[in-house]
Amino acid sequence: MAKRHVTTTVNGEPREFLCEVDQTLLDALRDELGLTGSKEGCGSGDCGACSVMLDGRLVCACLALAVEAEGREVETIEGMAEGERLHPLQRTFLEEAALQCGICTPGFLVAAKALLDRDLDPSETEIRYWLAGNLCRCTGYDKIVRAVQKAAAEMRAEA
Amino acid sequence: MRSVRYEAPATVEEAVALLSDAGGEAKPLAGGTDLIVQMRARMISPGVIVDVKNIPDLLEVRAQDGGFRVGAAVPGAVLGENEAVVAMWPGVVEAFELIGSTQIQGRASLGGNLCNASPAADSTPAMIAAGVTCEIAGPGGRREAPVEDIVTSPGKTSLGNGEFVVSFYLPPRPARTGDAYLRFIPRTEMDIAVVGAGVCVTLDEGGTCTAARVGLGAVAPTPLLVAEAADALVGTRLDDDAMANLAAAASAACNPIDDKRGTITYRTKVAGVLARRAAGIASERARSN
Repeated sequence: MAKRHVTTTVNGEPREFLCEVDQTLLDALRDELGLTGSKEGCGSGDCGACSVMLDGRLVCACLALAVEAEGREVETIEGMAEGERLHPLQRTFLEEAALQCGICTPGFLVAAKALLDRDLDPSETEIRYWLAGNLCRCTGYDKIVRAVQKAAAEMRAEA
Repeated sequence: MRSVRYEAPATVEEAVALLSDAGGEAKPLAGGTDLIVQMRARMISPGVIVDVKNIPDLLEVRAQDGGFRVGAAVPGAVLGENEAVVAMWPGVVEAFELIGSTQIQGRASLGGNLCNASPAADSTPAMIAAGVTCEIAGPGGRREAPVEDIVTSPGKTSLGNGEFVVSFYLPPRPARTGDAYLRFIPRTEMDIAVVGAGVCVTLDEGGTCTAARVGLGAVAPTPLLVAEAADALVGTRLDDDAMANLAAAASAACNPIDDKRGTITYRTKVAGVLARRAAGIASERARSN
């Protein structure tokens, strides 16, 4: 079976790659484009470690086909910092020790950014429900929630 | 592994041609939150994937004849942001939004939830209660069918070769009508229904119920439309006796499985409880509009 040629936009840059029809977007990002920030945890849409934005919607990259990215816009964890300048969420995750092993962290960051891009003042309950599709086996979540709250407060102060 | 072909037609007619030419080997792809999981688990191995998301009808939400036409591939996150649809049929939208995480909501569709044909699909009983119909395209043209006629057994639908669901029609909501959906899961989020209950009631000006529909999920091989449960409400003022009769009729309609999420006895009991509670919410909504 011939590979498919896909032209897409990743983190604002035009990109193209070759992929198998049944290759996931996650595998194409990691294996064809070298963007290994998005992780595969479960491969079945349960853990959120592969969270990316697809045309402005938070999705699991393991549950999208790479060919579906044709003509669409993908945003990954690699697009979150501006050069050396971390996004407030990336900084507060470090400051609040909201990560241990780090596998879930890119997914949490992408998902949390999607929340704060919609609502800079979410309640703790809203944060916990929004992030219910991101699993962490290390932290127990409290530090993650606190880091999101801290970033939101800082971003509100700057807004 | 067998090679698979990917097609992304731009029209309903092209999609029908691709699906019918491939016989049973083709699978429509909307959000992929069931299809891709099943492919990766090697439960299915389609010869052709027909991505329907390049067809405008499939992603459209528009007002039509007092109700709403909702494309079969519209994600939950999109429908949940449509204030007019939420205001008219809150039960349908709350059922749809219960499916999966934020990430799943970015992709999952009503068409996929229905045609995956799980007995435990959340949106299906809610759509049945609200009297939602679906437009089906196929080699013979287009037809409209009630949602309750689609699922025939776990994983199986009444769709013929080459047919697929294009859109849903949420009818105009009659005056003093409300719908609601409740599901029971042992946690607060991210689980599969042990029982789901959708109820829609219409009241007259005096508060007497003039019409009702009750849909149940996860308590039989298919989602159910339970006429006996609706009959228990019609003609009453939704008093305690009527609600008890509703619960008894809902429980009587159950034919569930025993599994790790719930026993037959438990599911049967909870179906009545949830139907009664959903009817309570639906009647409050009916009184306020």
